[in-house]
Amino acid sequence: MKYEPVIGLEVHAQLKTKTKIFCGCPTDFGGTPNAHVCPVCLGMPGVLPVLNRKTVEFAIKTGLALNCEIATVTKFDRKNYFYPDLPKDYQISQYDQPICRSGHLTIKGRPIRIHRAHLEEDAGKLVHAGAAGLHGSDYSLVDFNRSGVPLLEIVSEPDLTSPEEARLYLTELRTILRYLDVCDGNLEEGSFRCDANVSIRPVGQKELGTKAEIKNMNSFKAVQRAIQSEIERQTALLEKGERVVQETRLWNEATGTTHPMRSKEEAHDYRYFPDPDLVPVVVDKSWVSEIAQALPELPSQRRKRYVEQCSLSGDDAAVLAESKELSDFFDSVLSLGAPAKAVANWLMGPTIWYLNENKLEFSQTSITPENVRDLSQAVNSGALSSSTAKQVLLELLANAGDVKTLIEQKGLSQISDEKGLTDLVTKVLADNPSQVAEFHSGKTKVRQFFFGEVMKATKGKANPQVINTILDEQLAKND
Amino acid sequence: MISIKQVEHVAKLARLSLSDDEKKLYTEQLAKILEYFDELKKVDTESIEPMAHALSVVSVMRDDEPKECVNREQLLGNAPAEENGYFRVPRIGE
Repeated sequence: MKYEPVIGLEVHAQLKTKTKIFCGCPTDFGGTPNAHVCPVCLGMPGVLPVLNRKTVEFAIKTGLALNCEIATVTKFDRKNYFYPDLPKDYQISQYDQPICRSGHLTIKGRPIRIHRAHLEEDAGKLVHAGAAGLHGSDYSLVDFNRSGVPLLEIVSEPDLTSPEEARLYLTELRTILRYLDVCDGNLEEGSFRCDANVSIRPVGQKELGTKAEIKNMNSFKAVQRAIQSEIERQTALLEKGERVVQETRLWNEATGTTHPMRSKEEAHDYRYFPDPDLVPVVVDKSWVSEIAQALPELPSQRRKRYVEQCSLSGDDAAVLAESKELSDFFDSVLSLGAPAKAVANWLMGPTIWYLNENKLEFSQTSITPENVRDLSQAVNSGALSSSTAKQVLLELLANAGDVKTLIEQKGLSQISDEKGLTDLVTKVLADNPSQVAEFHSGKTKVRQFFFGEVMKATKGKANPQVINTILDEQLAKND
Repeated sequence: MISIKQVEHVAKLARLSLSDDEKKLYTEQLAKILEYFDELKKVDTESIEPMAHALSVVSVMRDDEPKECVNREQLLGNAPAEENGYFRVPRIGE
């Protein structure tokens, strides 16, 4: 029998606020343990949590960008469970009146529905003493710096049909959050966490199969591999006539497999109830429209603009728009009047290569929009060949500077001098009589060889158009 | 009617260990509370919006401004066990 996977994703996005969701402690964690805590985020009795307005604003902003309905009234509930990283023995979350519902985002022209997005607080961080993990450890240590850090949990409908689609969904969601400037979107550091609900069913069947929830994936690649491995595991079970058990499984990066999470918890029974310490939030319509009006250009809109107004291909537009930093830079170069296609190629080619090679973010480079404009003018005017332009670009990325000075300092100026190049072409032809004979016998491809020899002699600095003209003249003369 | 089994389940979720006598006692007491809800259900609430809070106050929010954190030593000092600035908790796994 043929099976098809059904995948839904839950993303926990850490919101970029200055303070925690229910108290004024700073949100930076790491560093000294328990340095950013107070009685509220330590769950001491008798304290009163007060909602951070910014978290609601960020949730609305995200909801609007994800085409969600924004609740008119939203409230907070207690999710009850025991774990040492949760000092109150309940997490403040949202149960039946989440701030956002029923949205979608689009991948490859297909809408993927968003079920809901709600606000909640993060838990603390556990360090297990005397062992790499929980098991075998004699006791644990708790750092509550992360306790109370605001999270937006974004839950998709089970609309994804392959590990690849899951990756595309996550990439697009992360790009949107970064455009909105509400989340760093860093999987490794945990500011963007993803759990996957995976089930399979015979092709054509309407009802969903039994799902497993996969956790512990900390890169897009891991998400893709974990889902693939889970699909294979479930397929093997069904083919053997066995059943899939509903459970939570952990991804193991080293073995490339998932294994069941050992848990002593009874079947999830969180006994949600409204948090009596927090009053409901009535979301003002005027507040929502104010936020809507201030929404930045979103990735989908930007890609569309690149295709329609800058004549970039859909793929190029996608590569460029994926990074807000890079495409903001692209836009600044365009506003200086530089040609879109050439600039896009420099950014997507050598620039992205340079960033990957040196593991840098674009903001860590020293290049300016004016640099790139000057570079494109230098190429247009014939002062610089396109291959040397790449060298100058890399130099600017690494060490900053000024295009004109760099060209002079490094002697990169393009050779367009006709007399010099004519001599060079004549010499190349004289040095290679047999190839010249081949050319005249009809093997016109040899022309490339002559061109290459001239370029080699000038270290790539010769103006290709000038060489071409001279080559054509000389070869015709020799005929 | 609430059963002893349900009381045992709720007690387990709340990490309470109950003797047989206590289980019996709480089953009876909880049953009475639930009976009282049956009484409340008789009130006509047809045209009344469900509410999550008794207060009429809504939308209490604060600005995203950092506040001074409480003295770390004092907070850690409240804990039964501390180690290198962490709260120390007993073994979690089995």
